[in-house]
Amino acid sequence: MKQNASQVPAIELINVSRRFVSPTGKSLTALRDFNMTVAPGEFVAVVGPTGCGKSTTLNLVTGLARPSAGEVRLMGQPVNGIDPRVGFVFQTDALFPWRNVIDNVMAGPLFRGKAHKEAMRSAKDWLARVGLSRFEQHYPHQLSGGMRKRVSLAQTFINEPEILLMDEPFSALDVQTRTVMHEELLRLWAERKASVVFVTHDLEEAVALADKVYVLTAGPATVKSVYPIDLPRPRIVAEIRYEQRFIEYCRTIWEDLRDEVETSYRRASQAA
Amino acid sequence: MTDAPLDSALPVFRPGTSDAEIEAAAIKVLQRRKHAVRFWQVAILVGILGLWELSSNRLWIDPFFYSSPSAIVARFYEWVTEGTAEGSLWYNLWVTMEEALIGFVAGSVTGVLVGIGLGRNQFLSDIFSVYIKAINSIPRVVLAPIFIMIMGLGLASKVALAFIMVFFVVFANAFQGVREADRNMIANARILGASNWEVTRTVVVPSAMSWIFASLHVSFGFAIIGAIVGEFVGARFGIGQLISIAKGTFDAAGMYAAIVLVMLVTLVAEFIMTMIENRLAKWRPQQHTDMQ
Repeated sequence: MKQNASQVPAIELINVSRRFVSPTGKSLTALRDFNMTVAPGEFVAVVGPTGCGKSTTLNLVTGLARPSAGEVRLMGQPVNGIDPRVGFVFQTDALFPWRNVIDNVMAGPLFRGKAHKEAMRSAKDWLARVGLSRFEQHYPHQLSGGMRKRVSLAQTFINEPEILLMDEPFSALDVQTRTVMHEELLRLWAERKASVVFVTHDLEEAVALADKVYVLTAGPATVKSVYPIDLPRPRIVAEIRYEQRFIEYCRTIWEDLRDEVETSYRRASQAA
Repeated sequence: MTDAPLDSALPVFRPGTSDAEIEAAAIKVLQRRKHAVRFWQVAILVGILGLWELSSNRLWIDPFFYSSPSAIVARFYEWVTEGTAEGSLWYNLWVTMEEALIGFVAGSVTGVLVGIGLGRNQFLSDIFSVYIKAINSIPRVVLAPIFIMIMGLGLASKVALAFIMVFFVVFANAFQGVREADRNMIANARILGASNWEVTRTVVVPSAMSWIFASLHVSFGFAIIGAIVGEFVGARFGIGQLISIAKGTFDAAGMYAAIVLVMLVTLVAEFIMTMIENRLAKWRPQQHTDMQ
């Protein structure tokens, strides 16, 4: 990633804070003085205790939410509304259940004003890449969780996002399917090298996928520390977890993360 | 394979029985159950009608008030062949259906549009919610005399009543359906590039559709109620008017015949609606295999 140092970062969050005010007037700080920089083509994972504000950072980058203070920049430009260069993979199922698979994948290009024929062609292409060509006419409820996630990936990747945001995308899948999806994600990512922010609570997932792991504090979230992960690519996720250096990374980061998880847990049990 | 709801009814085979044999036995059990349901449905109907006829014949109940199935059929036959006191039966039926249908279509279209409009606009819905709640607490049938006073004895007053009966049910459901639309799905559509209008068209409306259809099922019945109540209060023709005349002449059989006629019409409408819904909702997981 050294060669990218001179370039403009793909994503920048500069001293960002985000406060919510509930209708009853109580305020809640989700992010405080948050700083993050993602270089073009870099894969960044964000880990932190549950409910610390990880997802909020992603919403700020999409433009669905605005920072209360500070600035969010994409490719050097301040975020102003939803940016067409952004793609988002959700934790829960966000496919349209009343559309079959191919219509779901075609949605993006059609929304963006592409011709129907062209949209159809690239949708078929993307379905082939995620191995679902035989399921074009199926509805989401007829597919397994892993297949639905693949459709989600195709639906997002078809727009060729330069910035890819993923909010615990695989947390609802079983362990084996998750490993398969990791491989799939890395393969798709390697083809185009989008800048990725991958939010997860699974530390091993973060280390296996990312170039850089951000550890957040218990809410209000701010960056506690950043760990560059210097494992060679292409990585084979199913095997990397047995390598000594992988285990060392996990142990070091976990030492750091554990305090925050404990703080968060203590607060939750006090509140209860 | 098929999950027979009565698994205990399935025979247990020796190990080594072929799959085809087991399947055939399972299908047979399913079919037997289906026939049993149908048999009891018919048996109960025959039983009730038979008991009614018998008690009316034996004067256990007063046939003057309670009539009897045979008298009702006879009156119905007379209406069909000789016409009613107010012209042909079909004309009267058509008048009521016309009122109900126009009211139903206008009421549900307006209800859907207003429901989606207010559901998508928090500010407007905050303003209008109090008025809607207020108007909604008026029992709709009390409006019948007012409508008849303003719009006269003809079509318009009944259509207005059917409209108002249908509108609030459909509106409330469309509004709720819009509010229940999945936030992630909306966010997904917007990030994929959908404009506000496209979000409404491709996400909000389809997800509100099952709510809207649920309300359409009941609201055709409401449209008929509106039309008939309107006719009770004042009309020249229509099924409600027939019932009203029958009441005036103490013709119990005539009242029951009109009621049965309305029941049949509503059942047919309900059936058509279910067919349309099933066609539109082919994306939904099969939730009920009708055991009919």
